[in-house]
Amino acid sequence: MGAQLRVFRRRIRSVQATKKITKAMELIASSRIVKAQQRLDASMPYLTQLVDAVSAAASHATDVSSHPLTARAEKQERAAILLITADRGLAGAYSTNAIKEGEALTRNLGEKGMSVTPYVVGRKGVSYYRFRGREMAGEYTGFTDQPTYADAKRIGEDLLAAFHGDENGEGGVDEIHVVYTHFVNMGTQETRVRRILPLEVVDEVVDTTEDGNPFPLYEFEPSPEAVLDALLPRYIEQMVYLSLLTSAASEHAARRRAMKSATDNAEELIRSLTRQANQARQAEITQEISEIVGGADALSA
Amino acid sequence: MADPGILEVAVVSAERLLWQGEAKSVVAKTPEGEIGILPGHEPVLSLLVESPLRIEEPDGSKMLVAVHGGFFSVDSNKVNVIAEIAELAEDIDLERAKAALAKAQAAAEDEDASALKRAETRITVAGAAKSLH
Repeated sequence: MGAQLRVFRRRIRSVQATKKITKAMELIASSRIVKAQQRLDASMPYLTQLVDAVSAAASHATDVSSHPLTARAEKQERAAILLITADRGLAGAYSTNAIKEGEALTRNLGEKGMSVTPYVVGRKGVSYYRFRGREMAGEYTGFTDQPTYADAKRIGEDLLAAFHGDENGEGGVDEIHVVYTHFVNMGTQETRVRRILPLEVVDEVVDTTEDGNPFPLYEFEPSPEAVLDALLPRYIEQMVYLSLLTSAASEHAARRRAMKSATDNAEELIRSLTRQANQARQAEITQEISEIVGGADALSA
Repeated sequence: MADPGILEVAVVSAERLLWQGEAKSVVAKTPEGEIGILPGHEPVLSLLVESPLRIEEPDGSKMLVAVHGGFFSVDSNKVNVIAEIAELAEDIDLERAKAALAKAQAAAEDEDASALKRAETRITVAGAAKSLH
């Protein structure tokens, strides 16, 4: 076999091996999207109940707007960003988009005169910050493809602690934003920013549940204020959890798409390499024939 | 509305709907003490402390759920137990819980007692479930 042909054959084999891997990753990502969506759906009853309970407690508690978690500081000086990226690459522009959005938000807040403390989820985001020598207040890695509530709770607790500051309430951040990737559907994912703290207080008194019935006249134990105190942090943690879940679904969707186009490209490459290999083989045969014919001619001459 | 003599109970944890069904009574522990819910109870919204939650099903069998914090609401015979972390008795791995208890006890001197309490609740629930069967 000629040298050229051998090279082509080797390249075809190598591309085929790569294709097998990307195809497998595509299939894995597809099945994980479904799982991530199921987890998102499964956590919905908790959120509905929580929102109902918070609304009920808020409508009974005295002066919700002065609650530490809803009150806006007079001077907005420090902000925190929770940036959700992926642990692993090969997911197209997923992490890059989130990081870009985070950078834009950082600039935005900076222009308003606020200093920004980043909290980063996912190895990709962490290495981006570390490579640039920028300090992170918190880094969380190792769970972005399948986040659990415990992960969200840990992050939520850190964010709440940062928001509260020290015992005198000094040194806390004034705003906390989450940069996450919203899972719209299999084809579309959007990078979004959501402010989770301070909580938005809706001025109008909400006195109906989601299905439109008025709130029952609950008896609160121990008191509406105590219930609200306990519920609001749970609400924040749930928001973090949902952001992690929808980002995980988006990560898998992005990976599936990236791996699908990698597989398609590999197929294309194999096709053109096969053509070239065939050509090389044919050229080799032609050459051999003309050599034999030439040799025979020389003998008979 | 459904049968006025029966409670509709849903136990929801942050990750999923854990259990849903009918019950004759529910006993939960709040920061102020234990509270028993029977059909026709007035609307209550209360916090829960780390404890076993007891549900008596219509056929008289008892069920235990380990709840780790959270709250519950009662309204027109609907009981919603919303706990960040909740486990049904049959889901608890007794050996693991015991190991966690031992670890928590060892660390109890400097750590806060929540891990200890959580392990204790798990073991109570799992142990009680065994004696019921």
